[in-house]
Amino acid sequence: MSELITSSEFWEPFWLTFQLAFIATTILYIIGIPIAYFLAYSKIRFKPFWETLISMPLVLPPSVLGFYFLLAFSKDGFLGKFWQELFGHQLAFHFDGLVLGSVIFSLPFMVHPILNGFKGMDKYQIEAAYTMGKSKLTTLLKVILPSIKPSLITGGVIAFAHTVGEFGVVLMIGGNIDGETKVASIAIYNQVEALNYTTAHIYSLILFAFSFVTLWLVYMKLNREVKGF
Amino acid sequence: MIKIDISKKLEGASKKIDFRVKCEFQNGEFWTLFGESGIGKTTFLRMLAGLENPDNGRIEIDDELWFDSYKNINLPPQQRRVGFVFQNYALFENMSVIENIYFAQHKKDEKIAKSILEKIGIAKLKDRRPSTLSGGQRQRVALCRAIALEPKILLLDEPLSALDSLARLKLQDELKNIHDKFHLTTLLVSHDRSEVFKLSDFVIWLKDGKIFKKGSPKEIFLPKDSSRKFSFTGEILSLEKRDILVVATIGIGQNIVEVVLDTEEANDFRVGCEVFVATKAFNPLVKRI
Repeated sequence: MSELITSSEFWEPFWLTFQLAFIATTILYIIGIPIAYFLAYSKIRFKPFWETLISMPLVLPPSVLGFYFLLAFSKDGFLGKFWQELFGHQLAFHFDGLVLGSVIFSLPFMVHPILNGFKGMDKYQIEAAYTMGKSKLTTLLKVILPSIKPSLITGGVIAFAHTVGEFGVVLMIGGNIDGETKVASIAIYNQVEALNYTTAHIYSLILFAFSFVTLWLVYMKLNREVKGF
Repeated sequence: MIKIDISKKLEGASKKIDFRVKCEFQNGEFWTLFGESGIGKTTFLRMLAGLENPDNGRIEIDDELWFDSYKNINLPPQQRRVGFVFQNYALFENMSVIENIYFAQHKKDEKIAKSILEKIGIAKLKDRRPSTLSGGQRQRVALCRAIALEPKILLLDEPLSALDSLARLKLQDELKNIHDKFHLTTLLVSHDRSEVFKLSDFVIWLKDGKIFKKGSPKEIFLPKDSSRKFSFTGEILSLEKRDILVVATIGIGQNIVEVVLDTEEANDFRVGCEVFVATKAFNPLVKRI
């Protein structure tokens, strides 16, 4: 068993999973904050429509999403074609596709906590900053975001954890390519199918322990943040 | 010199209000906007600050046009330089007291920031977080912050309403001192007569969105048709019939008094009405307590 644990193939799915989750979460912060900002503060039309669209991954079965992603990401799909021309490979069955799929799939998990943070923000603090000559961007960076830190942490952690734990979408669009798309959840499924229960056990336990410790640390941090206010 | 002539249709809590106010202030004056709640006092301040837009009119300050509906001019709040003290103070909770002051300054200047804190007597609190301060201290920080941006006009939206009566009295005196010390032009919103009387040079009394009276506090609050020696304004809290008389309980400021009325007189009054209580026939006794 020690041979198994020290082999690089053993750790590859984990490495891939965390790479995926890290990149997806970073992209989600970059696009999630502006999306939540516009939904919270701007007077855009059809707001309920956009809110519904972003929330769809919450209610759709991952296989449905995965199926549509597969169509869009393949060589003939509109996104896949575009990607092929730009980077020379299609999106489906490629790490890039997993990232894009995870970003869309985890979007509501990032946007909702941040949106709630924005909505709960004291509007007078924002207005006070405006009267002090501060632009909307400065106000966002210096006043609003620091005030909603707990929401930002929650959004990031849930999006990260969700990407780590995702199975259905990843299986549909990524398949099972070693070192490219075989993430931990898929690897566990493979091991179970191959009746390698020991490996499946170790993989599962590692994922379980990781998820528990991460969430635990976050809740400890959040508790302290809330007390600090 | 500040010239304001604006109008706006407001959705009040119970009715629609056609808000229209025209007034002029000289620099250095302390003005108060007085009146019941829900008649647009706060909205008026917000329109001056650029946080809300009037439907029509003009706001001019020292020959700078802030708003003109005909010329389509509407300066954003960022360009108006207005010191706004909000009712909830709106301190930035993620910053310390001194960081709150720095944030308001055009250019961070430690010396000026510290001297403002010193003048207002809260230099010791400079590294504290707003959440650890008392109501009165938060109020002072909010004032320091508004002063730090060197405002052309200081707008105070019921800044003392959240404080207990002792802190309130103390801060009323301080507000007046601060106004004088920093040579500010101040516009205060308040519905507390004694506060208005104590602080302001001039008062605008608003009723139903229009100016009801304008002038010095004395002209506004002391009726001309009675002796000014011993008179108060109060609110009838209860009317109780006793034989041929009616006993009216009247709240005057912090005090509650009972006054005997004859039944005919009492017919004019209802619980909740504002009344004027005066006596002329004798000199009241005044003793130390």
